[in-house]
Amino acid sequence: MSLQVTDLRVYYRTLAGDVKALDGVTLGIADGEIMGLAGESGCGKSTFGNSLIRIEGRMKHVGGTVTLDGVPLPIDDQREMDHFRFAEVSIIPQYAMSALNPTRKIGKMVAELLATRGVRYRDAREELERRIVLVGLSRDVLDRYPIELSGGMKQRMVMVVSTLLDPSLLIADEITSALDVSSQRAVAQTLVEFRDRGFVKSMIVVTHDVSILYQISNTLAIMYAGKLAEKAPTEVMMSRPRHPYTRLLISSLPEIGVRFEEQRLSGIPGTPPSLLNPPTGCRFRDRCPLAIAKCAEEEPPFVEIEPGHSVACWMAT
Amino acid sequence: MRRYFGRKLLVYGLTFFIAATIDWLIPRFMPGDPVQSLVSRQGFGLSAAGSQALVDYYNRLFGLGRPIWEQYLNFWVSLLHGDLGRSVYLTGRPVTSVIMSAVPYTLALLIPAILLSWWLGNNFGALAARRKWLDNVVLPIGYIFTATPYMWLAIIVAWVFGFILNIFPISGGYSYSMEPSLTLGFLGSLLSHWFMPFISLFLVQFGGWAIGMRNMIIYELDADYSRYLGALGAPSGLVRRYAFRNAVLPQVTGLALQLGVIVSGALVTEIVFSYPGIGKLLLAAIQNEDFFLLQGIFLFVIGGVLIANFLVDIAYVLVDPRTRVGMSGGTA
Amino acid sequence: MTATRPADDAQLAVTPDAERAGGQGVPGGLSAPPVRGASEAVGSRREILYFVLRSRKVIVAAAILVVMIVLAVVGPILRPGDPNALVGPLASPPSADYWFGTTTFGQDIFAQFVAGLGASFLVGLAGGGLAAVIGVVIGFVAGYRGGIVDEILSMLTNVVLVIPTLALLLVATAYLAARGLLVEAAFIGLTSWPWAARAIRAQTFSLKSREFVDLARISGVSSWRVIFGEIAPNMSSYLFLTFVLLFGGAILIAASLDFIGLGPTDGTSLGLMMYNAVAWSALQLGLWWWFVPPGIAITAIVGALYVMNVGLDEIFNPRLRES
Repeated sequence: MSLQVTDLRVYYRTLAGDVKALDGVTLGIADGEIMGLAGESGCGKSTFGNSLIRIEGRMKHVGGTVTLDGVPLPIDDQREMDHFRFAEVSIIPQYAMSALNPTRKIGKMVAELLATRGVRYRDAREELERRIVLVGLSRDVLDRYPIELSGGMKQRMVMVVSTLLDPSLLIADEITSALDVSSQRAVAQTLVEFRDRGFVKSMIVVTHDVSILYQISNTLAIMYAGKLAEKAPTEVMMSRPRHPYTRLLISSLPEIGVRFEEQRLSGIPGTPPSLLNPPTGCRFRDRCPLAIAKCAEEEPPFVEIEPGHSVACWMAT
Repeated sequence: MRRYFGRKLLVYGLTFFIAATIDWLIPRFMPGDPVQSLVSRQGFGLSAAGSQALVDYYNRLFGLGRPIWEQYLNFWVSLLHGDLGRSVYLTGRPVTSVIMSAVPYTLALLIPAILLSWWLGNNFGALAARRKWLDNVVLPIGYIFTATPYMWLAIIVAWVFGFILNIFPISGGYSYSMEPSLTLGFLGSLLSHWFMPFISLFLVQFGGWAIGMRNMIIYELDADYSRYLGALGAPSGLVRRYAFRNAVLPQVTGLALQLGVIVSGALVTEIVFSYPGIGKLLLAAIQNEDFFLLQGIFLFVIGGVLIANFLVDIAYVLVDPRTRVGMSGGTA
Repeated sequence: MTATRPADDAQLAVTPDAERAGGQGVPGGLSAPPVRGASEAVGSRREILYFVLRSRKVIVAAAILVVMIVLAVVGPILRPGDPNALVGPLASPPSADYWFGTTTFGQDIFAQFVAGLGASFLVGLAGGGLAAVIGVVIGFVAGYRGGIVDEILSMLTNVVLVIPTLALLLVATAYLAARGLLVEAAFIGLTSWPWAARAIRAQTFSLKSREFVDLARISGVSSWRVIFGEIAPNMSSYLFLTFVLLFGGAILIAASLDFIGLGPTDGTSLGLMMYNAVAWSALQLGLWWWFVPPGIAITAIVGALYVMNVGLDEIFNPRLRES
């Protein structure tokens, strides 16, 4: 197992109390697997991705463990975690387009960053340039300032930088959100290529856009209100989703060739519950068409219903 | 690059032109007749005929009988010749030479005070952003100093160190009993008279820079590139280094913006200490209603500030690499 | 292939940082708040009030200001009459009769002090207010219109910005025989607006390209209504903070002007008190009660304004709350 997360809980401290953004997530990712993590805004997917690499600001690690390649990840010890960052766990952040120091030439910044890891720029340069060309940039981008690059170019550069030390786990946080459709496709394909070439072993792709994940991920995990709703191989998820939320999500996707008169797009009425004081029982019950009395009393456990396919729903099990 | 500097020079040139024109215009459009008031203030107890003769003399001297456009042109001609008129209160000495003899004293105060306070203030501010205990000390002190009017701090410094503790002399540029000479004694006297006005100027500015830098650093530490470096496990040393470099840039621009205020502060500080710089000259000009001197000082100060602004602009281009790139049009 | 930017954008890219560095009348780094967007706008009034009441900075600063205002209002009632009248013993230290002592001429320093306080507040309000109005108008128009209008206004702003206020004021006021408080305030207002204009312009630029503005414009709303209906409310906190800084700056400038004798020819002011103190050798004679109170008052008022500015900025800009 490459990554094993057990009952991870990460809350946000606010003046009004703790927001239970991530409230008990358990999952595993194998070597070479690309897992897509999707859900509505505020479901906890970004918190999940970020907590694996850096718990900062108002986040606090409340419970649960993370193990990478058999070694426990000290996610709440900033100094200890530094050993793992960049080399074992890396991230392409949501703010990738502004992640480069505006007053430093890109090559210089990479050199200084590598130096802090004991890697000589000279040694890494050849591979660096190769990867830069791979993502479609020209070599001389290293002599440029970020201001000279377009947003998409900066993002691609960040992708190269983040994976330069061949991390075991790469987290891609909403990296397609700011792009147009064709760029999204290019970026998604680049991610797959990174995995295929062995630059990264496994990947978590966080996004609210399920359609991208369909193209590139091996498994799909859907989160809702801080908890996992369903996780399964992509094919299985798309063809026979069991959780009502997943099913509504999938059916809300437009299909090419299907006309509106024939099949209406359905949204999901309602909004997610407040995570300050989450309701008892299943958190989806207020919007769920299949909810029964039990859903309000007891929270459904995340159980495996068939190999590789887990659901948290009383009606699905 | 050329376009950037060309633009700046245009603004400065335009500013000087406008300022000089305002300077020239004001006495001519203010209520009352400046020459009449000049003569009456001099109050030599002349007879009516004598006063009239003086009025005529002055009118001829200042070319006030000539058409306006000709007066204006003459103004610029003499300006370019370095002729700012003659000081009335200092009985006929050319304004230019009067000002020039005061300038070294003012510059001796300004330049070290500005450079030192900027450099030390920035470093202190950066340090304060890192250490909480230093922050708790620097912050209130900084606010107090920066809110203090220049002349009041000068008064307090003079009072405490000059009057009560009697360490430094309160007034003058050098001891009244000495003659300017290149001796150690004289230099020592110069220095001891210089110190208090200098420290007073220094402290007020220091507070401002320290607080500014502290805020800038905090802002930069929260920027996306800082977070990214942190996410990639970069040690705080690298993050702080980047943050400092980026935070310094607006401080350079801020220096240019502050120059006018700082110069004003120097002027009033000099007045408190009777330090023989432009400030003291200014007060004398106002009190003696010596308009030529006043106008000369005005033009001089403006010119100086513009030059200083330009120097800071040059410094900024050197410090911020983006300006060179963005302005040269970048490359494909 | 690369996104090249014309010189103007480089200028703009540089300028927003400059806004943070403050300007004339505003010390070194005490800045107008950094440019930020509508998404960080504050929540409800109640939320603001909640944070205001919890912010130590704002509470302390407001308390100081209230004390000063009360003094300025109540003081003249306690000591009616002309503050410059000769009433008491010459150059005497603070006593029960004369709380702040007397000057070398026997004037009641406390009476002068409270009158001067009122004058300072008035000048700050009028001068700062005028500068705020000019700066906001010019900044808005320049930022919203862009193009040639922006170029011209920016040129104007830069020119006025560079001129040292004191230098200009000393020449102008030297020629006016009779000067009142409002004249001084007018001069200050007319010369200290540039940094505010630049800051407002930068903010307007940033907000102008937001979606809600585009929406309003598409719906055919007129420019002025877009400015006042859409952009201004999102900048309201920013505008307020800018005014606070201009207010403090005006008080400082007025004090300097008064100190070199270019203030109002009648009445009294804190700067004038210091001028008199220095002119009549209060330093050498050790009459500390003459020059200490006015300076403390100005420092306290301006300092309180600056601290309040920072405190309010922390409230309006949640990101700063962390630190």
